[in-house]
Amino acid sequence: MKIIVCMKQVPASSKVEIDEETGTLKRLGSDTKANPYDLYALEAALKIREKHGGTVTALTMGPKQAEEMMKDAYMCGADDAVVLSDLKFAGSDVLATSYTLSQGILLIGEADVIICGRQTTDGDTAQIGPAIAEHLNMPHAAWVSEILEIKEKSIVVKQDLASVSQISEMPFPCLITVDKDINVPRLPSYILKKETADKTVRFYAFDDLPDNDLSRYGLVGSPTNVEKMFAPPVNEKKIFLEGSDKEKTEKIFEILSAGKFI
Amino acid sequence: MATLRFDAQKCNLCGLCLEKCPFNALEMGEKGIIENEKCRMCGVCIKVCAQKALSFEQKASKAEVDKNKWKGILIYAEQEEGEIHPVVYELIGEARRLGEKVGYDVYAVIVGGKGTNKNAKKLIPYGVKKVFSYEHTGFDGFKTDCYTDAISDCIASLKPSVVLIGATALGRSLAPRLSVRFHTGLTADCTKLDIKPNTDLVQVRPAFGGNIMAQILISRSRPQFSTVRYKVMDKAKKVENPDGEVVIVPVTDDMAHSAVKVLNIEHINRTKSIEEEDVLVVAGRGAKNDVEMVRELATELGGQLAFTRPMAESGFGDNAHQIGLSGRTVKPKLIITCGVSGAIQFTAGMNAAECIIAINTDPEALIFNIANYCIVDDLYKVVPNLIKKIKDAKNMED
Ligand SMILES: Cc1cc2nc3c(=O)[nH]c(=O)nc-3n(C[C@H](O)[C@H](O)[C@H](O)COP(=O)(O)OP(=O)(O)OC[C@H]3O[C@@H](n4cnc5c(N)ncnc54)[C@H](O)[C@@H]3O)c2cc1C
Ligand SMILES: Nc1ncnc2c1ncn2[C@@H]1O[C@H](COP(=O)(O)O)[C@@H](O)[C@H]1O
Repeated sequence: MKIIVCMKQVPASSKVEIDEETGTLKRLGSDTKANPYDLYALEAALKIREKHGGTVTALTMGPKQAEEMMKDAYMCGADDAVVLSDLKFAGSDVLATSYTLSQGILLIGEADVIICGRQTTDGDTAQIGPAIAEHLNMPHAAWVSEILEIKEKSIVVKQDLASVSQISEMPFPCLITVDKDINVPRLPSYILKKETADKTVRFYAFDDLPDNDLSRYGLVGSPTNVEKMFAPPVNEKKIFLEGSDKEKTEKIFEILSAGKFI
Repeated sequence: MATLRFDAQKCNLCGLCLEKCPFNALEMGEKGIIENEKCRMCGVCIKVCAQKALSFEQKASKAEVDKNKWKGILIYAEQEEGEIHPVVYELIGEARRLGEKVGYDVYAVIVGGKGTNKNAKKLIPYGVKKVFSYEHTGFDGFKTDCYTDAISDCIASLKPSVVLIGATALGRSLAPRLSVRFHTGLTADCTKLDIKPNTDLVQVRPAFGGNIMAQILISRSRPQFSTVRYKVMDKAKKVENPDGEVVIVPVTDDMAHSAVKVLNIEHINRTKSIEEEDVLVVAGRGAKNDVEMVRELATELGGQLAFTRPMAESGFGDNAHQIGLSGRTVKPKLIITCGVSGAIQFTAGMNAAECIIAINTDPEALIFNIANYCIVDDLYKVVPNLIKKIKDAKNMED
């Protein structure tokens, strides 16, 4: 059983500010952490390995500093860690990021199950997982709240969808995105820290990937472009509703309707 | 637009792909299988090839797209437990608004098991030009792979400029696959849309947990995909003389075939915590004579009832339903406080709510310092009136 977990390093704080003049993000603090949702993905992989054997590879695309997060993954028990890092990947949107990660998955080779977190705290899209599955032409199940069974050639999962829960079985290779609360992620262990101190993180660049068509990576390979960023509008309005109680009710009703609460 | 990639080394020349293609779009050429212009990207050939010799070519052509070749707005009509999901009417409303600006028609695609063709008809009164309906028992349940195939089939033949999908659990799992297949852009969870005269869609979405809004364009490729947040766009109104039609698209077993086997589907009644709730109604000490009335308002609004500390302490609710310093911190879209004075220990737990409506007889009550809408009146008059109005409005719709 070979499992690949996609993890991303994100800014430690999501309190970001906009530079009013340029309409871009002010420099983010250099503090980073592993995307919290991806810790559930890592834990899910480690749990499968404990029961069924195999290996767990953590995979990320990002700057060199991602090594730190990968060391933590080792301390949690990952067998292998791969960072795809190259300036040519800079500026990637969903299409280019998911393509780059799918190339990384091909490079690592022979994955049975790929596990992603439900979303990142910076990009917030929840799209990378399903997009990777499409690039690799494999089935996926999103919003997995429970892994029910691992069979010889398939996985059975429970998906939590808005009004229904669905139990689905998919053949390997396949991809799942796991919800938070699927498990309780373990903390990095001190013993593993000592044992894995010398373990190296594998780095790969553009040239190492199977597909060397530049037009598919980074900014050039990204069909979406961010035109501008701005602070969300704040609701500072204060209105005293006037009139009889009937008229006031009327007005509340209008406010509720306009806000789509009715 | 190249759509298929062929690996001659894997092909064993069985010819099944040519035979199974619903559109007669494949030919055995000099260098192997090639698709002609009839290809609809439905993926049947890829599914039936045991050798895995075929896959989707996901690379955009270098040349700038001809935007004139991609016209109209397609919305995905999601079904939930056999009913049309309410977000669909919002998508139609938004699509019509955008369409009017650039002279685009609005189309819909619906995919599902039994009853899908019947549901398709329900969209016509709302001004949809054509509803493409893919009904097949193979589409029962939530299977993104074959749904992607069916919707791709529709997109490849219609060539819409914009595709709008609800940012629901299903939509957010489906849209990324579609946009990858058409090697184009997708913006997730949009809260505001506009369209430029050159048909570029202006997409606004929150990022960093809502701390920042990003405005995004997909100007080099088509179609432009967005998933749209539920309950932000205006619902479509019915049109006077609807002239749309339902197009029932033939679906083969191969087309509806999925690698995902659905073993069970169960309805869930989830109990949300007050922190997860979009709408909260709070009963303060002023409401202690009729808490059930306040609860009814919460229920009518699809939200939950919460309490101030004295109310929780008097046994009306538990700590999990108490807001404030010694209770829970909430950030709902809407909070209505009934008979709450607005002490700092209370407001500290709710002042980040997006919209605060306060009802209190005392014009000097502290709660009015933070409320967006202030109602100085007796809650025992205002609340029943409001419940009645909401109920009447709901009955009108049915
Ligand atoms: C350390 C500490 C921690 C605390 N933590 C919390 C906490 O977590 N949560 C919390 O809620 N409180 C907390 N409190 C208590 C807080 O200070 C207030 O006492 C409490 O919030 C008041 O609750 P209330 O608004 O329901 O009641 P009241 O202050 O009694 O207000 C009732 C209001 O109802 C109005 N009213 C009466 N009749 C009507 C009517 N017919 N129509 C309309 N309006 C009417 C009145 O004008 C009045 O403003 C804490 C206090 C301390 C010291
Ligand atoms: N740069 C990245 N490197 C590795 N995994 C990623 C990256 N970006 C996103 N992911 C994975 O995709 C999931 C969804 O991310 P997003 O679509 O950005 O919300 C994350 O939880 C990760 O598992």
